[in-house]
Amino acid sequence: MSKVTPMVPSIPADEAPKLKREIPKWAITTLSVVSVILTWEIFGRDINPIFGSYPSAIAAAFWMLVKNGQLVAALMQSMKAFVVGYALAILVGVPLGLVIGRSRFLEAAIGIFITGAYAMPLVALVPLLVLWMGLGFAVKACVVFLMAVFPIVINTWLGVRAVPKTLVEVGKSFVASDFTILRRIVLPATIPYIMAGIKLAVGRGVVAMVIAEFFTAISGLGAIIINAANSFDTARMFVPVIVLMVLATLLNSFVGFIERKVAPWQVELSGRDEG
Amino acid sequence: MSEAQIGQVSMTDVSKTFTLKVDGQVQLVQALKSVNFDVKQAEIVTLIGPSGCGKTTALRILMGLESASHGRVTVGGKQVNGCGYDRGLVFQHAELLPWLTAAQNVMFGLEMKGMRGSELKETAQRYLELVGLKDAANRRPYQLSGGMKQRVGIARALAIDPEVLLMDEPFGALDAQTRETLQGELLDIQARTKKTIIFVTHDLDEAVLLADRIIVMREGCIQETINVTLPRPRGDLGALRGSAEFAATRYRVWKALHGVEAVH
Repeated sequence: MSKVTPMVPSIPADEAPKLKREIPKWAITTLSVVSVILTWEIFGRDINPIFGSYPSAIAAAFWMLVKNGQLVAALMQSMKAFVVGYALAILVGVPLGLVIGRSRFLEAAIGIFITGAYAMPLVALVPLLVLWMGLGFAVKACVVFLMAVFPIVINTWLGVRAVPKTLVEVGKSFVASDFTILRRIVLPATIPYIMAGIKLAVGRGVVAMVIAEFFTAISGLGAIIINAANSFDTARMFVPVIVLMVLATLLNSFVGFIERKVAPWQVELSGRDEG
Repeated sequence: MSEAQIGQVSMTDVSKTFTLKVDGQVQLVQALKSVNFDVKQAEIVTLIGPSGCGKTTALRILMGLESASHGRVTVGGKQVNGCGYDRGLVFQHAELLPWLTAAQNVMFGLEMKGMRGSELKETAQRYLELVGLKDAANRRPYQLSGGMKQRVGIARALAIDPEVLLMDEPFGALDAQTRETLQGELLDIQARTKKTIIFVTHDLDEAVLLADRIIVMREGCIQETINVTLPRPRGDLGALRGSAEFAATRYRVWKALHGVEAVH
C-alpha cells in the first residue's frame, strides 16, 4: 500500500537550467577604456601642459588638426608607406618562412641571418637608409618592411617546424610532390603561426613608420609628432600617438577577423571565445 | 619473377637498420632482421607483436615511407620504390587534415591521383557511403568522433582504389565497442572490395578475428606464422569469440607472443 514515487523526480521550475548571464567581453573592454580615460582626464589636468596632457585637450587638438586637414594628409602619407612595406613583408615573409622551415639546407644557410636580423637595431641604420633612398616614400616603406618582415618569417618558420610529421606523410602516401605538400598541407597547418606573426608585425610596422618619419621629419604622422614636440605642444603631439594606437588595434582585430575567415577550424580547435 | 597477381605482396630477406644518436653516441638499431613473407591477393594478414618488434616498420617499408636497408619488397610484382597508388595507408590516428571536411579529406587522395570535377565528388561520396558516413560528409574532423574519423581515414585510403590496404593499428585508440563495430565493417568492406589487407595490431583478439593468417613478430624477426581456419565470411564476430576454434587460435598466438612454444 505504499505510494509509488517516480524514479526520476521532475525538475522543479526554479531549478531549471538558467541562461548564463555573463558580461560580454566588449562591455568589459569599453568599461575599462572609459575608466582609464576618465582617470587620465581628472589627474591629467593638474599637470603642467608642457610635461603632460589630458584627453579633452588632446581631443581639441585632434579636432583642430582634422579641421585644417593636416591630420588626414599626414595619415594618408604614413599609411601609404605602411601598407606598402607591410604588404611586402607578408608577401616575402610567408614564402620565405615556409621554404626555410621545409629545407634543411636553407635553414642552415639563411636561418642565421633571419635570427640575427630580427634583433638588428634598425634605428641605427635609418640614417644610412636615408642616404641610400632619400627622405621620401621609399625609405619609409623600406623601414616598415625591414621591421615587419622578420617576425613573419620567424613565426612561419617555427610553424612549419611544428607541423606534425604524420600530416606530411599523408601527402607522401598519396604521392604528392614537395610543392603540393607545401601548399596543401604545410601552409594550412601553419596558418595560426603565420597569423600570429602578421599580428606581431602590425605593432612593429607602426613603430617603424614613426621612426622613419622622425628621421625624415617632413611628412606623415611622425612629422606632426616631432614638430609638436619641438614646439612643446604636448596635446598636439599626443594626437598622432593616439591615432596610431587606435589604428594598430583596429588592424589587429582585422587580422583576427581574416584569421577566423581563412582558418575557422583553428578557432574551434582551441575553443577560443572571440565574443 | 613469374607472373604476379594484382594485390600480391612479398617481402624477401628484408632488413632495416636505424641509426640513433644517444648522448652523442651513434647506436645502430636493427628494426627488421631478414624478414620474409608473402601475401596472396584478397588475403587479410595481421602483423602482431609487442611495441618495438618491427611490425610498423615493416608496414612503412611496404608503403614506401621508409626504405629497406637490405632485401626486396614487391607489390603486384613491381618493386616498391616510394609511395604509390597501388597501396593505401590507414594511419594510426586517422590523420585527417583538420581544415578539410570529411568529403574533402576523401577527395584529397583522389585529387592527388589526378581526378577532377564531378567524378571526384561522386567517388568521394560513394566511399563515404561505403563506410557509413553519408550524412557526415560536410563535417570537419573536430566534429567527428574517433570512430568516425577512422572511418574517413579508411574511405580516404580505399577511394584511390589501391590493390593493397595497409593499416597501422587503426583501431588502437578506439573504445572496445567502437573497435568491434569497425572490425565487423572492415570485414564487410573487404568481402565486397576484395582488397588485400595487411593490418598491424597489438591486440590478440583483433589479430585472430580479422586474419586469414597471423604473423607474430618479436625483436625484428618473424616468430611464427599462424593460419586462421575460422570460416569466411565471419558474420557475427561476437558469436565467433565464443567458438572453440577462436579460443584455440588465440591461445596459439598468445603462446607465440610469449615465446612459450619453440618455433617450428
